[in-house]
Amino acid sequence: MVLTEIDHKLITAIQDGLPLTPRPYAKIAEQLLLSEQAVIERIKQLRTNNVIKRFGAVVRHHELGYTANAMVVWDIPDDQADAAGKKLGEFDCVTLCYRRPRQLPLWPYNLFTMIHGKSHDSVIDALEKIAVETGLAAFSKEVLFSGRRFRQRGAHYGRS
Amino acid sequence: MNMLNSTIQKETREVSVSKLTELERRFLNAYQHEFPMSPTPYADIADELGMTEANVLEMLDSLSRRNILSRIGPVFTPNRAGCSTLVAMAVPAEQLEAVATLVNSYDEVNHNYERLNDFNLWFVLTASDHERIETIVSELRNKTGFQLLNLPLEQAYHIDLGFPLWC
Repeated sequence: MVLTEIDHKLITAIQDGLPLTPRPYAKIAEQLLLSEQAVIERIKQLRTNNVIKRFGAVVRHHELGYTANAMVVWDIPDDQADAAGKKLGEFDCVTLCYRRPRQLPLWPYNLFTMIHGKSHDSVIDALEKIAVETGLAAFSKEVLFSGRRFRQRGAHYGRS
Repeated sequence: MNMLNSTIQKETREVSVSKLTELERRFLNAYQHEFPMSPTPYADIADELGMTEANVLEMLDSLSRRNILSRIGPVFTPNRAGCSTLVAMAVPAEQLEAVATLVNSYDEVNHNYERLNDFNLWFVLTASDHERIETIVSELRNKTGFQLLNLPLEQAYHIDLGFPLWC
């Protein structure tokens, strides 16, 4: 899908969230000089075309008590990475699973998963279970727990 | 306003799932993935949950003020509406705060976390084009001189589809 100038403006208008007013789409429409119906139709279209993966409530895990957030990185042979990535993505507590390029010699890892839990130990337990069930326990991996959060919000696609 | 927000944030840092009201829990379980696309979405939710529209708006305002709700809005598929990359930097502990502030001075930075590793600062850059990403990465390299990994997405197997509250 090729995005139009209006799509980009709409994305900029909704990226920080809908206003909490009875007619939120109308309020956005006002800013963009569009009709309310046009705003709704375009958001639906972006959703159908998979530009928007999901539309709804975005929660902060940390504030819900899921204070342990680990990025687990895996070094999986290239020819097995796709299969491993799909398997890892099937676990409820894995919120993201991406493949990224290695940066040898500094960084040997190519699969990135995010695991959330209520404590350090619960994340480690979940990870061990995941490693065994996926058959990936033998590959080297590292667990990077998060410390301070310096910024946490949705992406800004605004054109500068 | 900012000071007020950060006070609220501190006081509510330990909110847990058990602190959600029954209606809040039902709302969060039902509306992370899909949201009503009618002119009056909050009234639709009110009908669904057996509340008034005003009560729904109050509940969402409260969830936002307690910092549990980030927003009602889109999660974008990476690299469809623009470009993004994950960047890691290895920063001496005593300079981490200052470098994080420098990183946050770019509006293109959304997530920016400390992580417990030699590479201890991790952030996502999102921009409308690839050139802008490259410019920021080289500016950060040149301004700080610290080791930096640029890790663009090659393949997404699973994207945040909302979080089940039973995990």
